[in-house]
Amino acid sequence: MKYLANVVTLELFPERCSGCGRCLEVCPREVFAKNGKTVRIMDRDRCIECGACMMNCSFGAIRVNSGVGCAAALINGLIRGGEPQCGCGGNEERGESCC
Amino acid sequence: MAVELFDLPGGSGRSTAENVTVVPTEWSRQDAWGRLRCRLFNSVRMNYRVKPGIYAVGAADGRSPVLVTANYKLSFDLLRRELSGFDAWIVVLDTRGINVWCAAGKGTFGTEELIRRIRATRLPEIVEHRRVILPQLGAPGVQAHVVKEHTGFSVDYGPVYARDLPAYLRAGCRATAQMRKVSFDFRERLELTPMEIVPALKGFGIFLAAVFVLFGLQPEGILFHSAFNNGLPVAILGTAALLSGTFLTPLLLPWIPFRSFAVKGFLAGGIATAVLVFLLPAKALQSAYLQAFALLFFPAASSYLALQFTGSTTFTSISGVKKELKIGLPLYVAAGAIALVLLVLYKLQDWGIGI
Repeated sequence: MKYLANVVTLELFPERCSGCGRCLEVCPREVFAKNGKTVRIMDRDRCIECGACMMNCSFGAIRVNSGVGCAAALINGLIRGGEPQCGCGGNEERGESCC
Repeated sequence: MAVELFDLPGGSGRSTAENVTVVPTEWSRQDAWGRLRCRLFNSVRMNYRVKPGIYAVGAADGRSPVLVTANYKLSFDLLRRELSGFDAWIVVLDTRGINVWCAAGKGTFGTEELIRRIRATRLPEIVEHRRVILPQLGAPGVQAHVVKEHTGFSVDYGPVYARDLPAYLRAGCRATAQMRKVSFDFRERLELTPMEIVPALKGFGIFLAAVFVLFGLQPEGILFHSAFNNGLPVAILGTAALLSGTFLTPLLLPWIPFRSFAVKGFLAGGIATAVLVFLLPAKALQSAYLQAFALLFFPAASSYLALQFTGSTTFTSISGVKKELKIGLPLYVAAGAIALVLLVLYKLQDWGIGI
């Protein structure tokens, strides 16, 4: 299954890519593919912006505005103001929950 | 809220030479019952934890692999259940009782906690090698190269699912492409639907109370027979909308057209409402105002409820959900306002102050 087309913020800078392949390993959605000595984005629309590739790229070759695609969290954030807040951890004394 | 740390089902209460608790790989009846209760009750799920630290499985020694997980007890249980016949160490991070994927998103299953926990458990003294295996879905919270820099331990990302661990370990810690993919099949979606239905029931109670008052309200006061006769069809339509948004749409997700969850939920709710309006006896929804209300409000409610399921899936992105909300929220507010006007018009007609 794929989500909405042309919305994700994933960017790859090939000039910084060493071709180590760590992103291929951590991506749960098969977004990347080997492209000779570097890596290329094979299917952007599959990306769920989890941020695993960016976190584990020690060369800074990947950028993505990561977050959780959860409507409840975003609505919560809108109501309270500020960041999306799903209440799964840290503020559980308020009795909120999700995942 | 008090946090309950579960006693591990130690059975024999065995420990290793390093004084690490040995845990069984089989589940007790309480473990299975706990899983069910987690799926049904928020209060259970939010407080279902094991103590962070290190545990042993089988006859773990200095050469045994080290598996890292979250301190949500269900995550821990799913992991140890797959380790039958293996000798291994389990390092449990303090994720405040949250599963690996969600905790990684928040950073509690993260670089800092992993570094801290490797030191606190004295892992370097327990094992001779310098590798830790993390579930792949922990990767959004962990910078493997930073962990290596600070502790000397290399991070191997294992399979997404614990069920693939035996094959992964036997293959010398190699994951196939299949092990690296998240799935979201029918059974997985089914298991998550109670988490949509149960929270929605709170709002549904308010809805039923409002229906009772609105349809019972007559110039003479609130009449029970009026509430029941006129309100019942609306309550039935409401139940259908609830189920279509929280149950049918999640289950039938791949087969409902369009990628947007709001649109999927609207379609499912629209069809359910239209079918019911057609099936209900003609006098149930005589008023054109009431029919218009039903055909607008219930599909919109189903759409809103379906949108909530985005957080439970494995393939939505924050940019996508933001886009859905940007378009959807004003429409929901508008639909709600128009629905309210239609109800008022219906009520005026009902009282014979009609237009």
